Amino acid sequence: MVSKKTLVELYTRTLKVRLFEEKVWDLFGQNLVPGTLHLYLGQEAVAAGITAAMKDSDWVQSTHRGHGHVIAKGADPKKALAELLGKKTGSCKGKGGSMHITEFDAGVLGATGVVASGLPIAVGAALSSQMKGTNDVVACFFGDGASNNGTFGESLNMAAIWKLPVIWVVENNFYAMGTPIKLTCPSENIAARADGYCTPNVVVDGNNALEVYEAAVEAVKRARDGDGPTLIECKTYRKRGHSRFDPAKYRPKEEAEHWLSRDPVDIIKEIAIKEGAITEKEAEKIRKKLEKEMEEAGKFAVESDYPEPEKALEDVYAEEF
Amino acid sequence: MAEITYREALKAGLREEMARDKTVFLMGEDIGLNWGGAFKVTKGLAEEFGEDRVRDTPISENTIAGAAVGAAITGLRPVAEIMFGDLITLAMDQVCNQAAKMRYMFGGQTSVPLVIRTVFGGGKNIASHHSQSLESWFMHTPGLKIAVPAFAYDVKGLIKTAIRDPDPVMFFEHKLVYDKKEEVPDEDYTIPFGEASVKREGADVTIWGTFLMVHKALAVAEELAKEGISVEVIDPRTLVPLDKKTLIESVKKTGRLVLVTEETKTGATTAEIAAIVQEEAFDWLDAPIKRVNAPDTPVPFAPSLEEYFIPDEKRIAQAVRDIV
Ligand SMILES: Cc1ncc(C[n+]2csc(CCOP(=O)(O)OP(=O)(O)O)c2C)c(N)n1
Ligand SMILES: [Mg+2]
Repeated sequence: MVSKKTLVELYTRTLKVRLFEEKVWDLFGQNLVPGTLHLYLGQEAVAAGITAAMKDSDWVQSTHRGHGHVIAKGADPKKALAELLGKKTGSCKGKGGSMHITEFDAGVLGATGVVASGLPIAVGAALSSQMKGTNDVVACFFGDGASNNGTFGESLNMAAIWKLPVIWVVENNFYAMGTPIKLTCPSENIAARADGYCTPNVVVDGNNALEVYEAAVEAVKRARDGDGPTLIECKTYRKRGHSRFDPAKYRPKEEAEHWLSRDPVDIIKEIAIKEGAITEKEAEKIRKKLEKEMEEAGKFAVESDYPEPEKALEDVYAEEF
Repeated sequence: MAEITYREALKAGLREEMARDKTVFLMGEDIGLNWGGAFKVTKGLAEEFGEDRVRDTPISENTIAGAAVGAAITGLRPVAEIMFGDLITLAMDQVCNQAAKMRYMFGGQTSVPLVIRTVFGGGKNIASHHSQSLESWFMHTPGLKIAVPAFAYDVKGLIKTAIRDPDPVMFFEHKLVYDKKEEVPDEDYTIPFGEASVKREGADVTIWGTFLMVHKALAVAEELAKEGISVEVIDPRTLVPLDKKTLIESVKKTGRLVLVTEETKTGATTAEIAAIVQEEAFDWLDAPIKRVNAPDTPVPFAPSLEEYFIPDEKRIAQAVRDIV
């Protein structure tokens, strides 16, 4: 069993991502978030469990559903929210928004709007770690839908032949937009595909941060020991639709009810209380503190200025020519 | 200083950079011990620097390019080779959506100091999937730099600049210039990006072109000199950044411009150059700008067809005569 401290950490991280996303939803409701959004609500335990097993100097590669990865890895909620609002104080100076939310200094290689494009980049970052001997690992998140893209095969293969320190994290939320994974994948588990690339793999309950964490600890150890990649398939579920206005009507009622009754924050809180790591009161105190942090971050984002229009011309190259 | 081939000069540049900077490494299909690159550019480098730094990869273009991106943003300086320029189609996402845009969409947080080497051009009767010239596609993607060396001296200086550059560089070579020889200094030198090279000075007409077409233009200039037509030949050496100044000054001097590349005509780099010149030097033009390109077809196989497809000296000379 993990330490009490770790259980508190898992609860805190899961809740932090939740409260960040709730703040985003709140700002979105006020019409302050331009463009579209892919909320991480419902999948918090995946990012929390994986990143809790990592060091600050390790990297994560994110996706189009990236807010959770970035916040869990330690990005500043102020800069992250400002980015979502398109403010000049945003982590990407308002040039990226939701789909490119990134804080490099927190160890995020980038969020990407192209499904499955992160896998090759994770291979390169892991190669960097191996060649430089830094011993850092790379966790690469992607969806069930992404596992149908060619980069999946190319990248799992390359990471395996070179024994790269990568952790492939499949967030199987059963849908790619409206397409159920059972229509596009012949096996029940995506993890089965990793066998073909001689990559150890495991399927876990992605709504249980502790289960995710335990799998991640093992994968991180394998990576740091030079024994190569691992694939962790986390079965999870979106609390809301795919993007901004999707009511997700295509999901069968029973299925949705089952998954939505298994709230990742409640699950880890219950475990932490049961294991005596935390009391209800302490848990509430942590919530209050995080709520305050998100409140302040929201205020910062709302009060920040939009970038001057001509800033659109900057950052194309290192130096202008 | 010795007379060496373009291939040898390119390899010398790669070797010097690998010796100078431990973070520089090469990756690509068949670039290592057994083969030394499809065009033998990297032959001997795996023996010299080890298979870690001259890394053979699976046939996975998108992941070769993407791994170069991931390595570049985490502190290495990868030089990835795509065996044929035509096959860059399989890596377009990583090149155009990731490498090119990362600095921008992440608000300047990231630098992507990578080089992607690949080779364009026909003339080897290897048909539609191994002969194209696709440089204009990349010119249309902000965030990339593009080098198009056509001479041994230039290729060595430019590959070194490319490797040291903080931005992603598409380094395009041409199959039929690998064996061209030139005096190349043994020592370290770099050539700045955005500086064209005037390969021949002239007074009556300017020819601007790339790759093998520069060599053909020089032959044409020699011929036309006998007829009393004085031709200036400009090789841009890099398309991004583009040396507009040298070109515009030349056009202001000669008043006439012929643009020559091996690309299919529609949407080629030559179209962009023509637009720039009419914007910036319209009043100095004494004749319409002429374009000499390949026709808008795939590259054909049969020697008779391919010879017809690739612009030759006759067509270039005719274009010059048409406007002087
Ligand atoms: C290459 C590519 N194809 C299509 C899209 C449009 N698109 C955006 S998200 C998405 C579904 C992705 O599903 P999955 O990988 O399961 O991730 P999830 O949204 O469920 O987190 C699609 C098809 C895209 N952004 N990129
Ligand atoms: Mg999905």
